[in-house]
Amino acid sequence: MSPSDVLVQGRERPAALRRLAGRPELGALIAAVAVFLVFAAVAEPFLRVSSLGTVLYAASTIGIMAVPVSLLMIGGEFDLSAGVLVTTAALTSSMVSYQLTAVTWVGVLVSLAVTLAVGLFNGWMLSRTKLPSFIVTLGTFLMLTGANLGVTKLVSGTVSTKPISDMEGFASCRWLFASEVTVGGLTIKATVWWWLGLLLAGSWVLLRTRFGNWVFAVGGDAAAARAVGVPVARTKTVLYLFVGFGAWVLGQHLLFSFDTVQSGEGVGNELIYIVAAVIGGCLITGGYGSVVGSALGALIFGMASKGIIYAQWNPDWFKFFLGAMLLLAALLNTWVKRRAERGPR
Amino acid sequence: MTELLSLTGIGKTYGTVRALEDVSLTLRSGEISCVLGDNGAGKSTLIKIIAGLHRHDEGTFTVAGEEVRLDSPRQALDRGIATVYQDLAVVPLMPVWRNFFLGSERGHKRWGGLSIDADGMRATTRRALADMGIDLPDVDRPIGTLSGGQRQCVAIARAVHFGAKVLVLDEPTAALGVKQSGVVLKYVTAARDAGLGVVLITHNPHHAYLVGDHFTLLKRGRMAGSHARAEIGLEQLTTEMAGGSDLAELSHELARPGTGASPVDPARPADPAHPADPVDPAEERPQP
Repeated sequence: MSPSDVLVQGRERPAALRRLAGRPELGALIAAVAVFLVFAAVAEPFLRVSSLGTVLYAASTIGIMAVPVSLLMIGGEFDLSAGVLVTTAALTSSMVSYQLTAVTWVGVLVSLAVTLAVGLFNGWMLSRTKLPSFIVTLGTFLMLTGANLGVTKLVSGTVSTKPISDMEGFASCRWLFASEVTVGGLTIKATVWWWLGLLLAGSWVLLRTRFGNWVFAVGGDAAAARAVGVPVARTKTVLYLFVGFGAWVLGQHLLFSFDTVQSGEGVGNELIYIVAAVIGGCLITGGYGSVVGSALGALIFGMASKGIIYAQWNPDWFKFFLGAMLLLAALLNTWVKRRAERGPR
Repeated sequence: MTELLSLTGIGKTYGTVRALEDVSLTLRSGEISCVLGDNGAGKSTLIKIIAGLHRHDEGTFTVAGEEVRLDSPRQALDRGIATVYQDLAVVPLMPVWRNFFLGSERGHKRWGGLSIDADGMRATTRRALADMGIDLPDVDRPIGTLSGGQRQCVAIARAVHFGAKVLVLDEPTAALGVKQSGVVLKYVTAARDAGLGVVLITHNPHHAYLVGDHFTLLKRGRMAGSHARAEIGLEQLTTEMAGGSDLAELSHELARPGTGASPVDPARPADPAHPADPVDPAEERPQP
């Protein structure tokens, strides 16, 4: 008996076609095109160049976080603290600069240290306690929600921070995090560049580095990954640090865009990031997904949230739409995963 | 033949449970050493110590003549000990080539090693599998789509490719059909012929006797026997493995009243796989 007798494969379809059909982001791509066509048909202003800028901006504020959140999901974990961590980042930056009367860059850097510390804490708690990340980050979520309000009230006496636009360094920080360029009626905000940068970096890391290979592995089967020498705990901790970095970027944008920060903001956004990742093809159980898909998820979010307004529909229905998209996407992902596991037979 | 690893008087305690006591085993290159035992006999504890997942509490563990205490699978791998687990050898959703190189990814020269050399790794995977006689044209498919036997073979090919000196196989044939078991055992001997030392953990004496050079029997965490191939025949091995006198006793208890016939022949315990075994032991490996 020759071994190849047993290992001979069944009839295979052309590899390129099958690879496309097995892509995790395929469903998101189809959905994005469909959403675009629907709003292009029903809302005339949707197709204006200026609307594209608005949609891209809305998409970028979700997309910046959806990149690290999708990587984390592929790595098999959640981060429920991601939404309020953005607010924490903005509050920290503002209050440190204001209280120290320092150049705003000082606040910006302290804020980075704080968000990375929260990411480190999440990762460390997860690997030390072996509790599910749902519980660990639910704890951080509640703690940060409370701390955001509590510390802000303690420091500034109100629920929002003081304006810092007259402080030194504000202009350069604003340029980095909240500037905009207008070319032929199309206004591109700085967040779009950040989003694009994070997207390219995240996708490259996932698909083309050994760390990316580890991300797939720890999410797909942590025990198998550990058995071949993958540092599981460290991989997951780095993913939480990346979420912290994303929250820092978005937090600085909010601060330097609006000058003051409301301490109660951000609650609920963590779910929208997760929705974007799932619509983009990430499996809830980990081990499968795509960073590019999360961008498509964010784009769908941007198109739908603005398209509903352009179409003059009642915006109350937006969340309903989002929920329906999530369910559809999750079903599709499970189906794609099953196909992937069963193979081309 | 050089000695690869040696365990002397190894013991392991989990809390108050004594999982392993005074177990000794020596492995030389080009040798297959089988560890046989029933469920709970301590096989998996032994494997975890060799693989670096658990540290031993008692005894000495030497690798290539040097005493070690392994703290992580990485340390074991660095010393040339590769372990292939029955159920956690691979990550099912990942492509074959990503699994093949998992934990040992190869960097691309152009990016200063930052980026992985995906095409090169695909080609190497295909070649390494072909060298072991595994024909798998599409290494991009998720490894979960392969059969259990195929996955074991890929894992064995991986260990051989990455220069393992010691290959530890945890129940490689337990979940497999007759034909697939035969294929896997063939790759086990291929690894032996490549000069590796193989520790084969199994509860199937027939599979063990097909390929083994040495047999260690475990029972309730202790060594119940240690035999070179020349010292023991398949029947005796089967009997010892099946519990020997225990089985005779059981056979007596289960005997139908009145008939006096024994339903179980202690020398040949029920193994549905055996009669149809594709590889005849005598043909595969003439008895010395």
